[in-house]
Amino acid sequence: MGQIHLEKVRKTFGDVVIIPELDLKIEDGEFVVFVGPSGCGKSTLLRLIAGLEDVTSGEIMIDGAQATALPPAKRGLAMVFQSYALYPHMSVRKNIAFPLKMAGMDKAEIDRRVDYAAKTLNLDAYIDRRPAQLSGGQRQRVAIGRAIVREPAAFLFDEPLSNLDAALRVGMRLEISELHQRLKTTMIYVTHDQVEAMTMADKIVVLRAGKIEQVGTPLELYTNPQNTFVAGFIGSPRMNLLSGAEAEKYGAATIGIRPEHLRLSTTEGDWTGTVKVSEHLGSDTFLHVETPVHDEPITVRADGEFPIHAGDTVYLSPQQDKLHRFNAEGLSIR
Amino acid sequence: MARSVSIQRKIGMTILAWSVGLLIFFPILWTFLTSFKSELQAISIPPVFVDFHWTLENYRTIQTQSNYLHFMMNSIYLSLGSTVLGLIFAIPAAWAMAFSPTERTKDILLWMLSTKMLPAVGVLIPIYLLFVRFGLLDSRLGLIVVLFLINLPIIVWMLYTYFKEIPGEILEAARMDGAGLAKEIVHVLAPMAVPGIASTILLNVILSWNEAFWTLNLTTSNAAPLTQFIASFSSPQGNFYAKLSAASMLAIAPILIVGWFSQKQLVRGLTFGAVK
Repeated sequence: MGQIHLEKVRKTFGDVVIIPELDLKIEDGEFVVFVGPSGCGKSTLLRLIAGLEDVTSGEIMIDGAQATALPPAKRGLAMVFQSYALYPHMSVRKNIAFPLKMAGMDKAEIDRRVDYAAKTLNLDAYIDRRPAQLSGGQRQRVAIGRAIVREPAAFLFDEPLSNLDAALRVGMRLEISELHQRLKTTMIYVTHDQVEAMTMADKIVVLRAGKIEQVGTPLELYTNPQNTFVAGFIGSPRMNLLSGAEAEKYGAATIGIRPEHLRLSTTEGDWTGTVKVSEHLGSDTFLHVETPVHDEPITVRADGEFPIHAGDTVYLSPQQDKLHRFNAEGLSIR
Repeated sequence: MARSVSIQRKIGMTILAWSVGLLIFFPILWTFLTSFKSELQAISIPPVFVDFHWTLENYRTIQTQSNYLHFMMNSIYLSLGSTVLGLIFAIPAAWAMAFSPTERTKDILLWMLSTKMLPAVGVLIPIYLLFVRFGLLDSRLGLIVVLFLINLPIIVWMLYTYFKEIPGEILEAARMDGAGLAKEIVHVLAPMAVPGIASTILLNVILSWNEAFWTLNLTTSNAAPLTQFIASFSSPQGNFYAKLSAASMLAIAPILIVGWFSQKQLVRGLTFGAVK
C-alpha cells in the first residue's frame, strides 16, 4: 500500500510562502512526477511528504493514517537523494543493509535481502567497496538498493539523475521505469526535466511557485494544457505561443501551436517566413523561422532530410485541430 | 625543449623546497647537535658542525640536576586535561553552529577568534591576581583551565569546519532509513566526525604542550611542565648551551614522536578543513 493524500498543505519559511495551499491525491502504485522550473517548490513538497520538513498547516495522510506529525523514520517511505547521500564509511553491503539493521531485522534475513537487491541492481561485484570507489551510476544504484530492500510504502526520488551524464541518465531512467513495473510500488519523482516527466510518469504534477498548475497523464498535458505555462513547459521543443493580431483572428489572446503541428511548404501557406537556423537531429530537423506574425522565431519540425537552408523562404500553416487557444488570463479556451 | 625546461624547473623547485625545509628545520638540528657537545664546544667560534667529540654527558647531568619525569608528567596532565575540557565544551558548541546556524553564527565565531588577537601579556596581571585570590598559583587545575580557555577558540573553529563538511543529506538519509537521534549519532555522525575530532585533539595537545607564556608565569615547581624544565637550565649561573639543548631535546622528544606518526592528520588539522 502506498496511498498519499495531502490536504490543504501550506509551507512557509518565515515570511516567505513556499507552498500557498495545496491538495493532492496520490493513489497506490502510481508513478507521480513533480515537475516545474527551479524554485517552484517541488523539492520542498517532496520533503514535506518525507517528513524532513514540517508543514506549516494542513495534513498529510499515508494509507489513510494521519502522518503529519510523524518523524521521517516512522513514515515507511524510502528516499533517493540527488547527491545519493551514501554513508561514506560503510561498504556497499552495509549501506544497503542499514535501513534493515535500523529496523532490527535478523542477520540472515538482512543478508538474503541485500544479496537479492545487489543482484538485481548488478552490484554483486562491488558489494565490499566503499562509495568513494564507485562511479556515479554505481552510487546511484546503491542508493536505489538501499531504498528497495525495505519494501517501503512509497519511494521518493529527489532529482536522482541530475548528477549523471546524458547517456547514463537515459539508461537509469529506463531502469527506474522497469523497477516501478516490477515492484508496483508508489513512486514520487521530482525533476525539472520535462523529458523525464513525460517518459516515466503515470501522472504529472506541474508546479509553479508552489501552486499546482495542472495534474494529468503525460498525454493529457501534451494534448490539453490548461494554461500557457503548462503549454510552454511540457513538450520539447517548446510550443510556439503567439499573441496579438494573429491570435485575435482565432478569438483568443494567445494561440499555441507545437512545432510538429505546423505544415511546412516552400510554395504556399498562412505565414511567410525566413529560415534563421536549422538544427539537424538526423530523424528530424527543427527550423527556427522568422515571420512577421511573431517577434520571436517560430520553431517548426521538418523531416530529417528536408532540403532547406538558412536564409530560404518558407510558408507555415497551423493544423487547425491542433491549435490551442488561451484567454487573457492565459487559461485554455475550449 | 619543453621537456628539458620542465626538468630544469623540477630540479630548481626540488632544491628550493629542500633549502626552505632545512632552513626551518635547522634550529632543531642545531639544538640536537649541541646537546651532544661539551659546553666548550657548544660556544666555540667558529662553530663545529659534526666533527666533535659526541658525548651523552649533558643528558646524564640534567637527569641528576632535576626530575625530568616530574615535569613530563605535568606536561601530560596539562595538555590532556585542557584538551578533554576543551572537547567537552567545543563539541556541542561547534555542533550547534554547524548544524543549526543562525544569522549570528559567523559573528560569534569571529568574536571567539578575536580573543586570540589580544596579546596574552595584556591579561597577565588580572589573571595572576585571580590565581592569587583563588589559590590557584602553581596548581595543575588552574593551568588546565587557562590552557583550555586560550585554546578553546581554535578547537571550536576546527571542529566547526569539520562538522560543516558532513553533508546534511547524509543525516537526512539516516533519518529516512529509520534511525532515531541516538542511532543516527552512533552509526552515522560519530564515524564521520571522528577523524576531525582526532586531528583537533592532536593539534590541541601540541599547542598545550608547547605553551610557554602562561606555564612559565603561573607555575614554579608543583605544576611546572617541561617548559619550566627548559627554562631552569637557562639563567642563574650563566648560559649552559649544551645542557639547555639537551633539556630542550628531552622536552620536545615526546611530542616530536607523536607528531611524526600522525603527520597526515596534523596537516589536515592545520589547514582547518580547507582542503578536502
